[in-house]
Order: sequence, then C-alpha cells, then structure tokens
Amino acid sequence: MKLTLITALTGLVLVAAIVELLRRRQLREKYALLWLGVGLLVIPLAIFPKLLDRPAELIGAKSGVSLVLFLGIVFLLLMSVHLSWEVSRLEEETRTIAEDLALLRAKIEERQQTETEVMARND
Amino acid sequence: MINNKRVLIVIPALNEAGSIGDVVREVRGELPTVDVLVVDDGSTDRTAQVAAAAGAAVAKLPFNLGVGGAMRLGYRYAREHDYDVAIQVDADGQHDPRYIPKLVDALDTADLVIGARFAGEGDYRVGGPRRWAMVMLSGVISWVAGTRLTDTTSGFRAANRELIDMFATWYPVEYLGDTVETLVHTARRGHKVRQVPVAMRKRMAGNPSQSPFKAMIYLGRAFAVLLLALVRR
Repeated sequence: MKLTLITALTGLVLVAAIVELLRRRQLREKYALLWLGVGLLVIPLAIFPKLLDRPAELIGAKSGVSLVLFLGIVFLLLMSVHLSWEVSRLEEETRTIAEDLALLRAKIEERQQTETEVMARND
Repeated sequence: MINNKRVLIVIPALNEAGSIGDVVREVRGELPTVDVLVVDDGSTDRTAQVAAAAGAAVAKLPFNLGVGGAMRLGYRYAREHDYDVAIQVDADGQHDPRYIPKLVDALDTADLVIGARFAGEGDYRVGGPRRWAMVMLSGVISWVAGTRLTDTTSGFRAANRELIDMFATWYPVEYLGDTVETLVHTARRGHKVRQVPVAMRKRMAGNPSQSPFKAMIYLGRAFAVLLLALVRR
C-alpha cells in the first residue's frame, strides 16, 4: 500500500510540475504533452499495479512491473538520444547566427571606415 | 592580387594579441596586393583591435567556435566579397608568408593546396604517438586523395573558388575536423588536392601543448575522426 502511494504521488507531482511549467511558458508544448502523457499513464498503474500483468505475460515478461521498468528505460534512452540530436541542431544554428553577426559587424565597420575617409577627403 | 587572382588571407585568431599584429604586418609587407581578414574567434584580449590597427579586416565572433567555426566564417567572407583564392594562415607566426605565392601557383593544377611541413623543406620534427597519428592519417588520406600527402594536419592551405563555395556552407567545427575531415570530404568529392613543401618557423608567442599522454589521446581522436570522415556523407 505504501508503494502505491509513493508512485501515485510521484505521478501527480510530475503532472503538476509539467502543468506549472507549461503555464509559465517554460516548456514547449511538444515536450509538455509527452511528459503529461507519461504522468497520466503512471498514475493509474501506480494504483492498479496488476493492470499490466496480462500484456506482460503475452510477451513473456515475468510481471507487469518489470515490463514497465523495461519500457521506461527504452523510453528514457530514446528521449536522451532525441535531446542530443536537438542540441546538435541548436549548436549548428547558434554557430550560423554567430557567423552572420560577425559578418554584419565587419560590414558595418567597413562602411563606417569608408564614410570617415570620404568625409576626411571632403574637408 | 597574385597572378591576376584576388587573394584573401584568412587568419583565425584566439587570444593572439601578442603576435597577431606582427603576423598581419609581415603578410602585408611581403604581399601588398592581397587582403587580410583576421577572424577573432571570441578572444578576451585585444586581438581584434591589434589586428585592425595592423591593417587587417576583422570579423569578430561573439563567442568561441573553434578553428573550424572561424574558418567557415572566413570562407563565407571570401565568397561574399568574391575572392578567387582563400588562404588560411595561423596567427602564431608559424607560417611563412613567402610561401603563399607558391601555394597560389599550385592552385593552377589543384583545388586545394596544403603547405606541408615534412616534405623536404625545413626541419620541423615530432615524435612518439603524435608522429604515429600523423603517419596513419597521411597514409589513409593519401590513399583517399590519390596523391601523396605527408602533412594532413597542416593549417597552411589555399582553396580555389569552387572550394571556397563548398567550405562556406560546409565546414566541420569539431576537433581535427578543420584539417582531417575537410581533406577527406574534399578528396572524396573528386576535388584535386596537392601539397607544396614549406618550412615551418617557431611560433612567435604561446606554447604548444605536448605530453606523451596528450599525444596518445591525440592518436585515438585522430583515428576516430578519420573513421567518421570516411563513413560520413
């Protein structure tokens, strides 16, 4: 009974935290919906842990709990691979922006220089 | 202008305020008809100001991107300003600008020309795992490029218009990407790579980082970079 309470509470806290982050616009919808889905899956499973025993048996897992454990690890693995990919993309984007900024700065400085030269000549 | 070609010297520099002024002045003294661009790779010292005062055009990155990042910016600048040749020169004064016309001449029969340190001229020497890494890299890349290349990690290189265009959109930012990966990529796309022997000088400022342990790491990373470059699209 104690374990049921702890897991159910964990699920609830997760859902509450996600909703709050979403409310403060700190989280993109695509991730928020994903984590909300996870939370909403975890809560009923916490209260009725035997819910997954049947499907677990079908694929040869000892119990629903170990199936959840396995799926959880796979899910987290995929998520971190996805996040690494996103970070790589963001780094490439910041790199391009940094280059654009440097090119624009150089261009402005060049312009200012020719302007001062022209003004000096006209004086 | 060298041989009627508009030439841009690109010098990537990170905290090189001590030597960048002399390097720029030397290049401009030796080759008054070429333009010099110093790419300040997020320096925290006065690199950009010193370079500008010495007469170089300066492009300052807002934060450090690494040599690869600085060089792609250089190639983008070269493409935007319509240069025929872009030549990379190190900011520490190791590359002798008197060899630059030779690199440009060699572009008549190649798309990318490397100023190679171990090809006869000068007495630049390295030993241990670092040397094994260089020999391994040279062997594989020579085979890929279909020509003998002895110094594949040299940063002293000249690119023609076609490669400026390619490097302006594609240039790896990761470790050894600017030397090893660019060579593999260039050669595998059928561009001709050549090397020209040059003598290297001692750096004017700063210290080379070398210890046996670092050299071993270097060997491992070089191997990984090479494998990746060979399987990458």
